[in-house]
Amino acid sequence: MGWTLVRIWTLLVYSFMFLPVAVVVLLSFNASQFGSFPMTGFSFRWFVELAQNEAILRAFRTSIILGLMTAAISTTLGVLASLALVRYRVPGANMISTLLIAPILVPEVVLAVALLLFLNFLNVNKSFALLLAGHVIFTLPFVILVVQARLVSIRRDIEEAALSLGASPRQTFFEVTLPLMLPAVLAGALFAFTISFDDITGTLFWKPGGVETVPTQIFAMLRNSISPEINALGTVMILLTVGLPLLGLALARALSTRRGG
Amino acid sequence: MSVETREARQPWILLSPALGAVALLLFVPLVFIAVYSFWLRTATGADQVGFFLDNWAEALTDEFYRDILLNTLKIAAITTLVCALMGYPAAYFIARSKGNKAVLLLLLMLPFWISYIIRTMSWINILGVSGAVNWLLTGLGIVSEPVQMLYNETTVILGLVHFLLPFMVLNVFVSLDGIDTTLEDAANSLGATKWQAFLQVTLPLSLPGLAAGGLLCFVLGAGTYITPLVLGGPTDAMFANLVFEAIITQLNWPLGSALSLMLLAVLGALVLIYNRYLGMAQLMKGLG
Repeated sequence: MGWTLVRIWTLLVYSFMFLPVAVVVLLSFNASQFGSFPMTGFSFRWFVELAQNEAILRAFRTSIILGLMTAAISTTLGVLASLALVRYRVPGANMISTLLIAPILVPEVVLAVALLLFLNFLNVNKSFALLLAGHVIFTLPFVILVVQARLVSIRRDIEEAALSLGASPRQTFFEVTLPLMLPAVLAGALFAFTISFDDITGTLFWKPGGVETVPTQIFAMLRNSISPEINALGTVMILLTVGLPLLGLALARALSTRRGG
Repeated sequence: MSVETREARQPWILLSPALGAVALLLFVPLVFIAVYSFWLRTATGADQVGFFLDNWAEALTDEFYRDILLNTLKIAAITTLVCALMGYPAAYFIARSKGNKAVLLLLLMLPFWISYIIRTMSWINILGVSGAVNWLLTGLGIVSEPVQMLYNETTVILGLVHFLLPFMVLNVFVSLDGIDTTLEDAANSLGATKWQAFLQVTLPLSLPGLAAGGLLCFVLGAGTYITPLVLGGPTDAMFANLVFEAIITQLNWPLGSALSLMLLAVLGALVLIYNRYLGMAQLMKGLG
């Protein structure tokens, strides 16, 4: 009896989470020229229009370049720091961990204001560089958390075996440690990319006038009314941000089973 | 240089880029806005360097700011409560289900990966004047004219719950999943009913997860300004909206600094209290 209630409740919670998203996807295929019910037919016209919208394409380019650069920098910094924290006995390791995850303990608005005002004081105006700096700093904690969690499971004796068999420390790192770490590195990079790609809170503070990322572009388009184009853009975003992590997950699985087998 | 000193230095070399970035891009800027908040924006638009208490006096005594701060905390508290009430049973179901837990959890985490702005705006498709609910209501003849259900405090809370619920479920799940289920069996065999066993054994043991999820929901909810802009009306501004207004619209950066620090102080105090009693480890489990 109690369990049935819990089951029904859970079903309702799942519907609550998925229903609005499902409606976005459904309406993006609506043939009607308004972004609303009723559905008048099935059509890809909004995706075609999307692909011809200069502003949206520009926003996509900006978001992807920003996301890739953020992922590259953030993952490099995060992997190095995680290696230090997992592999070495560092005095004050707990304190250092807390400092490194501080960017997600501070409300993002406050982080955004502090960074904007400080870099402006240093004569760095609102620019792509400021956006990149901001995205790096708030994705870094996520990369460190993800990479650290996975690094712990890599056994150190494999490296020691390589060293004792005559490999140099450099060879050991590039031929043993790095391949073993690859899933962790990919997971971290993927996480950083997705978070950067999705961010709007900080981005609205940092972006220079005229530059839009996909989320800020959607936000600007919402000012008018909700057009079918936004729903189509939403569907593309959903495919990207859900598809990429799932792909990453599958990739990580494949990599680890191949090694296991 | 001996091997030992090299070995001792190595971690610091590895850590320095990340620590340097956090110091330069977070801690120094925070100290900077603390100083900046005592400067003054003059009528000409230039900042007057000095030690003025005007911004802090305005931020701390103006009833407008105080009311919005209180309202922000209220909205965050309601959001957290709703997330707990909706999320706990769902997390319990996933943790105790005999089916594929990983798939169930992944399914609930999917919306978490879907863009925040898309999820927020998706409610306009549901509740807007030309949204799904109004289409149903008019179609069934329950109302003759579409009803405006959007742009009020309730829809802001709705949007926030939709955004934050996965954080709650994940954290509660992590702590429920770590509880030895034989404890409940033991309680049952000692004469407790299922409900008693849950209330006196499982629930207390899962409180750390509930607290971690609650903290995340509250802090993230209280710090948002996008949801009120998209789903709220003109009077539904939250405290972060004031910060955005001061910095981006009015360009009064010293006042914006003071307001940001106020928000940081209130939400930071919560994080510190949490850390004092429960420690960061639980929170890290839920995030990692």
